[in-house]
This record gives sequence, structure tokens and C-alpha cells, in this order.
Amino acid sequence: MKTDQLVAALVADRRQSAGPPGRSIVYAIAAGSMVSLVIFALAFGPRVDLAAAFATWRFDLKLVLVFTALLVALAGSAALARPLTPEPLLSRAWPLILLAVAAVTIELVLQPRDAWLTRLVGSNALVCLTAIPLFSLAPLAGLMVALRRAAPASPTRAGAVAGALAAAVAASIYAFHCFDDSPLFVLTWYSLATLPVVALGALIGSRLLRW
Amino acid sequence: MFSPGDLSTLMRAARRGDDEAYRRLLTEVATWLRGIARRGLATAGRGSDDSEDIVQETLLAMHLKRDTWDETQPIEPWLRAIAHHKLVDHLRRRGFARHLDIEDFADTLAAPVDADTDGAADARHLLSGLPERQRRIVESISMEGQSARDVGVRLGMSEGAVRVALHRALKALADAYRRDRR
Repeated sequence: MKTDQLVAALVADRRQSAGPPGRSIVYAIAAGSMVSLVIFALAFGPRVDLAAAFATWRFDLKLVLVFTALLVALAGSAALARPLTPEPLLSRAWPLILLAVAAVTIELVLQPRDAWLTRLVGSNALVCLTAIPLFSLAPLAGLMVALRRAAPASPTRAGAVAGALAAAVAASIYAFHCFDDSPLFVLTWYSLATLPVVALGALIGSRLLRW
Repeated sequence: MFSPGDLSTLMRAARRGDDEAYRRLLTEVATWLRGIARRGLATAGRGSDDSEDIVQETLLAMHLKRDTWDETQPIEPWLRAIAHHKLVDHLRRRGFARHLDIEDFADTLAAPVDADTDGAADARHLLSGLPERQRRIVESISMEGQSARDVGVRLGMSEGAVRVALHRALKALADAYRRDRR
């Protein structure tokens, strides 16, 4: 086939644009989180003292932390969906890092030294380590479908950040069930629960997101 | 050869449904890609036989991934990134793993197509692997220059169905390029 013949075929293909990758990514996590919300409603449910929890600063700070993580991962994922190598991801993550350092500092100042470990260990660690990966699966699947249409410069990195984004979506849902609000608990266990999802995303990405 | 602004303008017009702008864009980009492909192949110590395959594979990728260009940015870095990705991928499939930077080819002159080239060898071979109907649609539109409507009349399909099949065929062709390891 000659190149101008291929050009004729490309011009004739007038598929409607799906919009920029960022938009597809938002749709994908919206669809995926519906599935996770159903699992949440059937098997977990919100914590019984949810209304009272909103009045405590630790619960509110937990929500701010997970939603900040969600926004940072969303921006990172949209940047990595393009063929151009983006600026280092750390430069996008600094709001989250600052917030995390501030939250831990406040908690360490407010809590007596012998309460630190209790706060860190919490009461729900195992549930946290199960629920976050579980709630991540549907958003991750949606993200992979959306990113297949994109053109990531590095499929593995795009997959890993998609995993982090899916875990941030999951954490945002799980936060409403979890009784442990201490930043020490949240930053430790939520982060640990994210790691397998990041690894899974990188693994799937390296295979599925090649183009 | 062309100024970057022109290409961005052409792509914006193409996105709004201007087919003639899209044809001009693809033709100009193909000429530029041909120069890149030949330099890349020469750097890798290979003859230029594959250059038309690289051009076509890259054009396909550009076409299928055009949503990933951000209209507010100039299009050239995006084009270079796709060309680099495809050139490296092509050479890697053929066992060349050394680092290659197409920024080094920035001064590359665009290469017109040789009058005697018979087009891409791979494309013909890969096209024959498509389902019968998809292959006929691609051939009618590309080689025989028919419109989607004419092809529809001939095959007893609606114009929309022809376009859907054409899009699937182009995606399948891009996938086939990626899997092709000779």
C-alpha cells in the first residue's frame, strides 16, 4: 500500500473524538467507583457514627488527605496518558506531601508519646488492607480501558499511576467506613494498601498499554 | 519546509471536520517522517527498505491517538514524541536496542517519496490478515479511491457501517504492526 493511499483511508475515518484523555479518565473512575460503591454498600456500609465524625477534625483531615491524593493522582494519570514525557511526578505531588507532613506533625504534638503506637496500629488495619485493594479493582479496570485509547510515553509508569489513582478512589470510599482517623494510621495503612494496586497497575500497564 | 503553526492550524481544522486540511497535514507529516525514518534506519545500520513501513505505522498511530494532542500546545513536540516512540519500537522489534534520539535528527531534511517505491511491504502483508470485509473496505477506499458511500452501495452496507468497519480495520492494522516481529 502506498502512503498516500493510507492517507485516503485515514481521512475517510471520521470517528467522533472521545475528547482529551483527562476526560476519559474521569469517566472511567466515575463508572468504576459505582461498582465499588455497590460493594461498599452491600459488604461494608458507612461507619455508624458518621454524622458525629464529620464534627471531628481528624475525620475531616482524613477526607482532605484522601481527596488531595485523588486529585494529585488524577493530574498525574492525565499527564502520563500523553506521548510526551511529563515533568517529574514529584513536582505534582508536593501539595500531598506538605499536607501529610503537617498532619503527622500536628498529631505527634497533640498525642502523648505512649499513645503514638496505639494510634498507628489502630483497630481496622486488616480491613483497610483488604478493602482498599478490593474497591480499586473496578476503577482500575475502567482506567485501563480508557488508557488503551491514549498514548502513554511509558506504559508501565502510566499503569502504575493508574493503580495509584484507583487506590485513591478506593481510599476515598473506604474512608467513610473506617473508624481510624489518626493521620498516623491513615498515612501508614492507606499507603500500604495502595502498594499492591500500584504494582498490579504497572504489571497490567506494561502489557495492555503498549501502542 | 513548513512552520509549526501551520501544522497545529491544520490539525485544529481537521478536528472540526475539514477533510482537506487533514489530508494536507498527513501528507506533510508523511514527508517529514520519511526523512526521520531514513535517518533512523541509517543510524541503526539498516537499509531504507523499511522506511515506508515506519512512515505508515507512525501515521496510523498519529491518527488513532490524535485525541492525546492538547490543542493549546504546539503540535510538533507531540508529533516528534509519536515518531520517536514508533521508530524505537520498530527497530527494537528487529533487534536493535541501542539508544536513539530523534532530536539528533532535528535538522533532517524532509524526504519526498521515491517514484519507484512500491509502498510499504508490511502494510500489504498485514492487510491480507484482516477479515475479508474489512480488507475490502480499506482497499476500496485507499487503493481504489472510492468514497465510504460508494463502498457501502457496492457492499450493501450503510455509509455509517462502512466507517465503523473502516475504523476497526485501521485499529486492527495498527495492532498487527505492533505484533509483527520479523
